[in-house]
Amino acid sequence: MTKLTQLTITDALKGLENKNFTAQELTQAHIDAMQSAKKLNAFITETPEIALKQAKASDDRRAKGNAGLLDGIPLAIKDLFCTKNVQTTAASKILEGFKPEYESTVTKNLFSNGAIMLGKTNLDEFAMGSSNTTSYFGNVISPWKRDGDDTDLVPGGSSGGSAAAVSAHIAMGATGTDTGGSIRQPASFTGIVGMKPTYGRCSRWGVIAFASSLDTPGAFARTVEDTALLLESMAGYDPMDSTSANKEVPQYSKSLNGDIKGMKIGIPDEYRIDGMPDEIIKLWEQGIEWIKDAGAKAVRISLPHTKYALPAYYIIAPAEASSNLARYDGVRYGYRANENDLQDMYAKTRAEGFGEEVKRRIMMGTYVLSAGYYDAYYRKAQRVRRLILEDFEKAYEKCDAILTPTTPSAAFAIGENEDDPIKMYLNDVFTVTGNLAGLPGISIPSGIDKDGLPLGLQITGRAWDEETVLKIAGTIEKAAQFKCMPK
Amino acid sequence: MSMDKEAVCKVARLSQIRVSEEEIERISPQLTGILKWIEQLGEVNTDNVEPLANVVDSDLHLRKDEITDGNCSDKILANAPEEVQNFFVVPKVIE
Repeated sequence: MTKLTQLTITDALKGLENKNFTAQELTQAHIDAMQSAKKLNAFITETPEIALKQAKASDDRRAKGNAGLLDGIPLAIKDLFCTKNVQTTAASKILEGFKPEYESTVTKNLFSNGAIMLGKTNLDEFAMGSSNTTSYFGNVISPWKRDGDDTDLVPGGSSGGSAAAVSAHIAMGATGTDTGGSIRQPASFTGIVGMKPTYGRCSRWGVIAFASSLDTPGAFARTVEDTALLLESMAGYDPMDSTSANKEVPQYSKSLNGDIKGMKIGIPDEYRIDGMPDEIIKLWEQGIEWIKDAGAKAVRISLPHTKYALPAYYIIAPAEASSNLARYDGVRYGYRANENDLQDMYAKTRAEGFGEEVKRRIMMGTYVLSAGYYDAYYRKAQRVRRLILEDFEKAYEKCDAILTPTTPSAAFAIGENEDDPIKMYLNDVFTVTGNLAGLPGISIPSGIDKDGLPLGLQITGRAWDEETVLKIAGTIEKAAQFKCMPK
Repeated sequence: MSMDKEAVCKVARLSQIRVSEEEIERISPQLTGILKWIEQLGEVNTDNVEPLANVVDSDLHLRKDEITDGNCSDKILANAPEEVQNFFVVPKVIE
């Protein structure tokens, strides 16, 4: 029999239904995998007892014929989602020990579909980073290595623990959040599928806030079909989130049927950036051939404001973060420093509770919102944001979706790119535009570089059109036949 | 624009984050670098462009003005660093 941890979600559901194995066996196999991969540091909190309890309940449901869409499937949950009575930290010292009294809507939806939680995964502190090296609970180490080189590599970030867990076959799927690329970039770095749906598709209720107008919950899995299934279970209207869309969620897992014949796929000129490795350009060209072979047409498009997306993002996201993170004051929850004066207590709590990157962003955000600079920076960035959205709207008059690389490089070593914050920020150059415009995007593992590391291609679609994105992603997946696994 | 030490001190105070001399020395050039980088937005002509705060274009819906929860002070206080008799406790603020 195939090892249970090698199965896709779709096959595992069939196996459960055919009584080839139980949810408890499937879950135990993944708990064992989690225990033997501790060196990856993918989890902040492991919850094997909860998982086994959920698995038993799942087996009971299935025996009675009441199994849900994801019944018995072990997942990893990014530690940015509040989980009732289970420590939720955002990878920050300031929230160490915090046990929410409520459940996030996304995890509630997953659990009511029968999903099982293996634990809470590590991330960049407050989801601020592209390498998972800013966590208070230590770096996540990618399960991947360069050929013949033992150097530890980053899994990408911020959802690095989720990506590592799925890539290392510890979990069959995972939740993530994507504010500037935090699902798609780690998916690309670890050779798995990661999807950020349209802003408003998945509720933000119970997701610890970073930049509220950009934060988007989404999913990781090892196949496009599995990712579609997870998204279908997570998504839906939620009155608790004022930006949640009151729209019906399509059956994403069914949208992979059918072909892409006659579709127009946009190839943006501006994504050919200086210094991008040849292998990534080659992979992109290969991707264009794949979609042409499937009967789609590649059309040249222009997204002229692409170059300004990152600087606009690094005004808007820190501005929103500085406001959202004002709540961590040592009074209501989380860490408190000892001081006799209230103002001193606030300042010391925040100095000791937040890490360096988080403090940098809070200060940056406070600066761009402060008197005298608000119009010059914050308003300006919001105007540029509209131009970026309009770029996409114009492009979608000529095409149905856009094909690009996911990242401008493969995974790098832990400690690289840390001398200069801007170098790290450039990781998100191809993904951040989708956040600013609120569009759905997916990264599909499509090839490997000269060192044997995975590279991803990204499909970005029209708002609310995840189905087209998934359909094209399915086509690329089929053509790429990506079979590499971390060693 | 550059973020000199004085500007860093001011913004740290506004952010309610205590910073040491050594941190100010380190942060000042970093923030200056980021500021210089984001100032390339100045090249973009944004005359007559409305700021975009959020991509969600629908109006916020209003619910009925009725009480939907309450009586849960134990839950609200469950994670408090310090509480007494159903109140959060903070250092003394009145002399």
